[in-house]
Amino acid sequence: MVLVLAIGDLHIPHRAPDLPAKFKSMLVPGKIQHIICTGNLCIKEVHDYLKTLCPDLHITRGEYDEDARYPETKTLTIGQFKLGLCHGHQVVPWGDLDSLAMLQRQLDVDILVTGHTHQFTAYKHEGGVVINPGSATGAYSSITYDVNPSFVLMDIDGLRVVVYVYELIDGEVKVDKIDFKKTTAPQSPH
Amino acid sequence: MIAAGVEDEEKWLSAGITGLQQNAFHMHRALDSNNLKDALKYSAQMLSELRTSRLSPHKYYALYMRAFDELRKLELFFHEETRRGCSIIELYELVQHAGNILPRLYLLCTVGCVYIKSKEAPAKDILKDLVEMCRGIQHPLRGLFLRSYLSQVSRDKLPDIGSEYEGDADTVTDAVEFVLQNFTEMNKLWVRMQYQGPARDKDRREKERSELRDLVGKNLHVLSQIEGVDLDMYKDTVLPRVLEQVVNCKDELAQYYLMDCIIQVFPDEYHLQTLDILLGACPQLQASVDIKSVLSSLMERLSNYAASSPEVLPDFLQVDAFSKLNSAIGKIIEAQADMPVVAVVTLYSSLLTFTLHVHPDRLDYADQVLGSCVNKLSIIGKLDDSKATKQIVALLSAPLNKYNNVITALKLSNYPRVMEYLDNETNKVMAKIIIQSIMKNETYISTGDKVEALFELIKGLIKDTDATADDEDDEEDFKEEQNAVARLIQMLHNNDPEEMFKIINIVRKHILAGGVKRLSFTVPPLVFSSLKLIRTLQNQDMDKPEDEAEGTPKKIFQLLNQLIEALSNVPAPELSLRLYLQCAEAANDSDLEPVACEFFTQAYILYEEEISGSREQVTALHLIIGTLQRMHAFGVENRDTLTHKATGYSAKLLKKPDQCRAVYACSHLFWTDDQEGAREGERVLLCLKRALKIANAAQQMANATRGSGGSVMLFIEILNKYLYYFEKGNNQITVNTIQDLMELITTEMQSDNAATDPAAEAFFASTLRYIQFQKQKGGAVSEKYEPVKA
Repeated sequence: MVLVLAIGDLHIPHRAPDLPAKFKSMLVPGKIQHIICTGNLCIKEVHDYLKTLCPDLHITRGEYDEDARYPETKTLTIGQFKLGLCHGHQVVPWGDLDSLAMLQRQLDVDILVTGHTHQFTAYKHEGGVVINPGSATGAYSSITYDVNPSFVLMDIDGLRVVVYVYELIDGEVKVDKIDFKKTTAPQSPH
Repeated sequence: MIAAGVEDEEKWLSAGITGLQQNAFHMHRALDSNNLKDALKYSAQMLSELRTSRLSPHKYYALYMRAFDELRKLELFFHEETRRGCSIIELYELVQHAGNILPRLYLLCTVGCVYIKSKEAPAKDILKDLVEMCRGIQHPLRGLFLRSYLSQVSRDKLPDIGSEYEGDADTVTDAVEFVLQNFTEMNKLWVRMQYQGPARDKDRREKERSELRDLVGKNLHVLSQIEGVDLDMYKDTVLPRVLEQVVNCKDELAQYYLMDCIIQVFPDEYHLQTLDILLGACPQLQASVDIKSVLSSLMERLSNYAASSPEVLPDFLQVDAFSKLNSAIGKIIEAQADMPVVAVVTLYSSLLTFTLHVHPDRLDYADQVLGSCVNKLSIIGKLDDSKATKQIVALLSAPLNKYNNVITALKLSNYPRVMEYLDNETNKVMAKIIIQSIMKNETYISTGDKVEALFELIKGLIKDTDATADDEDDEEDFKEEQNAVARLIQMLHNNDPEEMFKIINIVRKHILAGGVKRLSFTVPPLVFSSLKLIRTLQNQDMDKPEDEAEGTPKKIFQLLNQLIEALSNVPAPELSLRLYLQCAEAANDSDLEPVACEFFTQAYILYEEEISGSREQVTALHLIIGTLQRMHAFGVENRDTLTHKATGYSAKLLKKPDQCRAVYACSHLFWTDDQEGAREGERVLLCLKRALKIANAAQQMANATRGSGGSVMLFIEILNKYLYYFEKGNNQITVNTIQDLMELITTEMQSDNAATDPAAEAFFASTLRYIQFQKQKGGAVSEKYEPVKA
């Protein structure tokens, strides 16, 4: 069992002062094995904060990140799953599932995590899952109105991944759960 | 005399101990054989060792303790003697035959105790006799120890209330009188000690004297332990008498120590009820006495006392403790013109802490303290003493910590005035503390006035200071500070649009005046605050007619334009471009076509004139295309102009793959899912064909330069775009076009000079899998895919 935190679009300090206190108290060091962050942190302090939660931190570059060294896309393998990471502003139309699915095919990953829209989504489709953890600070977005702060925890266990979504709605943290099973190991093309 | 080496002293001490032990040995033998006469003789000889003048207080104490232990045994013996029928009165007379006065008095005190215990005479008479007799020793060191002995052996025999020695003739007044007298005499001896010996040894002597202070202080402790000393007696007798001695001795060391001792040993409620008397003594002390420490510890105790229980608070109000302390401190500071500034600030800091604890509801008190502090500081001017500035930071932090709300501090009119006297560095430190407090407590600053006041407080972070020359501070520090300011801007918020508009205008005024360096930190948060306000106005659905309202979306957009223009002049083209695009989209949502168009134009100008790095161009262009794709407010003309430009930029990127990707992204500008209007299948195909051409060119270039075919990755990407539009029903994309491209890819991948690219192979494989999946899915999609061979 491996816990992976997927988080992104914090936009600190441009659009939000800090992570919500309720999230901060939930996110404690030592519980999470990997962090995948879609980008737009935007400053070093936030990077350092995430690093304190878990040293294995993977970040792709959002258009507001001051650190230019983050890559545009990144893939990594956790257990039986191949994960792809990308902020998403590069994929036009923004947030479009079919276009994201194309990126997923290109990266050849089971789970694609992207951001940019500030809207939590998790789609299962033929090739796997596309997840957007939303904005952890509920930052303003030109794409989404009324953004609620949210992040995603993935519990990866064998061929199964359980996606927990934590959303802050009117000061209360709501948790949702989505189950996903990988049908087989890499399919042979035919 | 005293001036002697350490070695000599050791020698004298050990000689003293030897003499003492020898005589003690003989005394024990006499005691064992009940030989009173010999016992008295040897004990007197033993005690004679204490007559030495050659030992330092420390060593003398070692000797005294041995004698003390022996005297305990002697006391027991005397007690036994009286039981065996020996008259205590006779014994009392008998010991007075000792030849030397010092042994005689030690013995007298010892027998005196037995005498009191026997109750054959009133305790007060015996105590009075003893304390008077001790006057016979005027040598300070010997006298102090003798009286200390008297105090020690008599403390459980005082005629206190409830004690067995209390009687008709013996009252607690006698007990108090006895201790006070002993205290007075001891203090005199102690003070006098400094005049003994040559002047050059003064420093060492003062140090030694300081070691003896607890002997004197012990008396105050005894007083505080006497049951019968109630508030009235403390107020009428004990405190005035002690203070009289303290004031009259005119000795710095004694005054400081004893004042502190009084504060520590007597109960808080007594202090509270006798504040007048205690504070009245303060100005009478020597100027060199560290009065600020004395008063600080008094106020600290009282603060803790107030915090201990809410029940005691009425007492504080009743005696008007704040006013008394405030005026006492004022008088002291006035009287001691050369008091160091750190002491002044410490005093005010303690007083502030006191009033915050005791009168949390009286902001005027807190402000008064800050005001007094300002008055004093105005005479001194800017502070450069690091200890004093530290104290000021503590002073200014106190209200923040107490109320956990910066709004309260903003109500204190003298608060910013105190900050005026900080040097630039400390001003910044304090400003950061204020921002931290706001963040920690999630305090929203919700009115224009408060924002104005807050910015006045933290102006060290908002504006370039006058002394820019020495402001060569660390780049990292500066970033951190400005990021803190950026976070702060998020906390300036009001749900009421009108007030929010006011706040935004005030912030804008301040940050535009803040200097170029800060703009890239401060402009973005303000831009987003403003965009949020526009959202709020949209949601409010135009209750008011446009021209009546102060802040309309149009006005806010004008303000945003100015702000971003200022930022772009820094220059900061990339950030400005992003913000322009954000505004364009917001204007689009408000259906303000000309405004949106203007923002787009600004973004394009920046793209053309300022953004030159190829990587930066690629990102900027993706953002332009992505934003443009979402715009629905544009009429045909504007849309065509902007779209045409965007595709033009795409084809001019430096690297072919980047060109190709940007061009196929542009295809989405002609095709939207939800709108009937923008579905121009031909132009989509045109884009994709153009992208294919570029991919071909890229391939050829790779062939020419590296001698092997480049990656087919781009072709597969375009194939996926074909599939996308194919599914969406763009009839320009036919099965044939798809089939042709797939064949091209297969051929390329199998050709001899093709470089193997596992990523491309995987992508192609997953694309084929996708086609299979769509074929098998059933329904309209599968029908569509039916003719595609894969």
